[in-house]
Amino acid sequence: MSLLVDVTHRHGEFTLGAAFSAADGLTALSGPSGSGKTTLINLIAGLIPLQKGRILFDDRVWNDTDAGIFVPPHRRRIGYVFQEARLFPHVSVRANLAYGMGNVAKAERPARMARVADLLRIAPLLDRRPSGLSGGEKQRVALGRALLSAPELLLMDEPLSALDAGLKADILPDIERIRDAEGIPILYISHSIEEVARLATHVVALEAGRIVATGGPEAAFASGVSGQRSGSFLTAVVAEIFEGEGLMLAHAPGGKLYLRAAPVAIGQSVRVFVPAADVVLARGLPEAISTLNRLSGIVVNLREDKNSILVELDCGGDRLCAEVTRRSSERLGIAPGERLNALFKAVRTEPENLYRQKI
Amino acid sequence: MGLSDAEWVAVMLSLKVAVVAVAFALPVAIAVALLLSRSRLPGVGLVNGLVHLPLILPPVVTGYLLLIAFGRRGVIGAVLNEWFGLVFSFRWTGAALAAAVMGFPLMVRSIRLSIDAVDRRLEAAAATLGAGPVKVFFTITLPLILPGIVAGTILGFAKALGEFGATITFVSNIPGETQTLAAAIYTYTQVPGGEAGAARLTAISIVISLMALIASEVLARRIARRMGA
Repeated sequence: MSLLVDVTHRHGEFTLGAAFSAADGLTALSGPSGSGKTTLINLIAGLIPLQKGRILFDDRVWNDTDAGIFVPPHRRRIGYVFQEARLFPHVSVRANLAYGMGNVAKAERPARMARVADLLRIAPLLDRRPSGLSGGEKQRVALGRALLSAPELLLMDEPLSALDAGLKADILPDIERIRDAEGIPILYISHSIEEVARLATHVVALEAGRIVATGGPEAAFASGVSGQRSGSFLTAVVAEIFEGEGLMLAHAPGGKLYLRAAPVAIGQSVRVFVPAADVVLARGLPEAISTLNRLSGIVVNLREDKNSILVELDCGGDRLCAEVTRRSSERLGIAPGERLNALFKAVRTEPENLYRQKI
Repeated sequence: MGLSDAEWVAVMLSLKVAVVAVAFALPVAIAVALLLSRSRLPGVGLVNGLVHLPLILPPVVTGYLLLIAFGRRGVIGAVLNEWFGLVFSFRWTGAALAAAVMGFPLMVRSIRLSIDAVDRRLEAAAATLGAGPVKVFFTITLPLILPGIVAGTILGFAKALGEFGATITFVSNIPGETQTLAAAIYTYTQVPGGEAGAARLTAISIVISLMALIASEVLARRIARRMGA
């Protein structure tokens, strides 16, 4: 599948001008509020008529203002999970789930419904009314309803933003399962770096209606998406788990990484987010220091960011960003081409933000 | 409290007139309410004014306008008579038309308010689930505005039942054809010794109106329970 978007849309003072493409996997649309993420996703859904541009999905034209083509939302075969669940209040959970199943052969419907209800753990809720559900239950039903309409593209607009941390942790695995098991391409709006770190296979970063970065999460966040903590993603393969200590050891291209233990198996590939502000740079290796993680890398780039300097290291192929003050940068005399050690604590790699991928 | 045959005829005629008036006016009222609530076309303000005219005009004026338009020689009446054999003047159908016109603004207002209150994001959600505009209307919009439709129907029914001025101007006061409850009560008050008859019909009017009110309350409560409110 491929989604091709090239749009210009003006709303009052605000102008959205975005061109990007998305492929299989989960593409995160990230950026500060007011950057045009929701407008963009509503244009893709066809809920807002496009002013100028084109939206193509595979070989189908959904919108082309030059050719005068507009496919209404109900013919686009999308699933849309909104920020608020938007369940239909006048019918049961079961009827909500079944609402979009018109595309599914009648004989297959019960089995599909049972499988999705099982996947999202909503089977006990089927005969209830939406008004009696908790926030997390509502959002899971909304997710199931979108899935059951057999969408070819799933759009999610901050589906977890209205939920507290516990419920989020409950639903995140569901979204991972949809991404990996169902194989439906997902466009996912979020301004939570944790969600992006955990879920995204690609990132499109928006700012004030413009795309400022695209690519893998590593590339997009290395440059410091505005409104986000800048930082870097490191990929590593889990090598050893120290049960008693709540720690595990993983091999990254740049060296050994100590991580907080997480429910993963040895041999699995994980991705961790290291905030640039948490990284300490040192020339040589101080012996008596508590930070467990020390990666060695070559300085490739220095970038000014307000009063601090973002130092970009190449650690055996992985990019690692460190934020240091101008003063320490000058004191150390950091210059491109130099080999430095990057130190950071293991505790900072929160297990719930781990991106897990089967190899 | 026995009713005379003539009184029974008036009661049954009133019910028939009111039911027919509401049955024909309701779909039109829903359509007009949708137009007023949703359309941004330039003529909508004019339609809004026209719909509300019977509410602000003296009923006699409305009745007279109906007579001019729908009388046997009226602009519309002549055409309807010629093409469909449909006659309104001095018939019970004319009473129903007058009742429908007088109740129409009340129905439109009540339905329009409930359409304004519909969360359009639910309709958008239905569209993303593959529902076309017609399916969205019948499966989402219509059930959500049901309380407004019930309220509008009861209001329209009550208005139709009690309509007097426009009816008597348009179709006169013919026993057995156009003499509704209100007209019959009026007739009783105009003759010596009519007090008992007027009192009986008044009591019946009160009972019918109360029953309509209770029915609407029960319906509204049942709908509210279904929505889980």
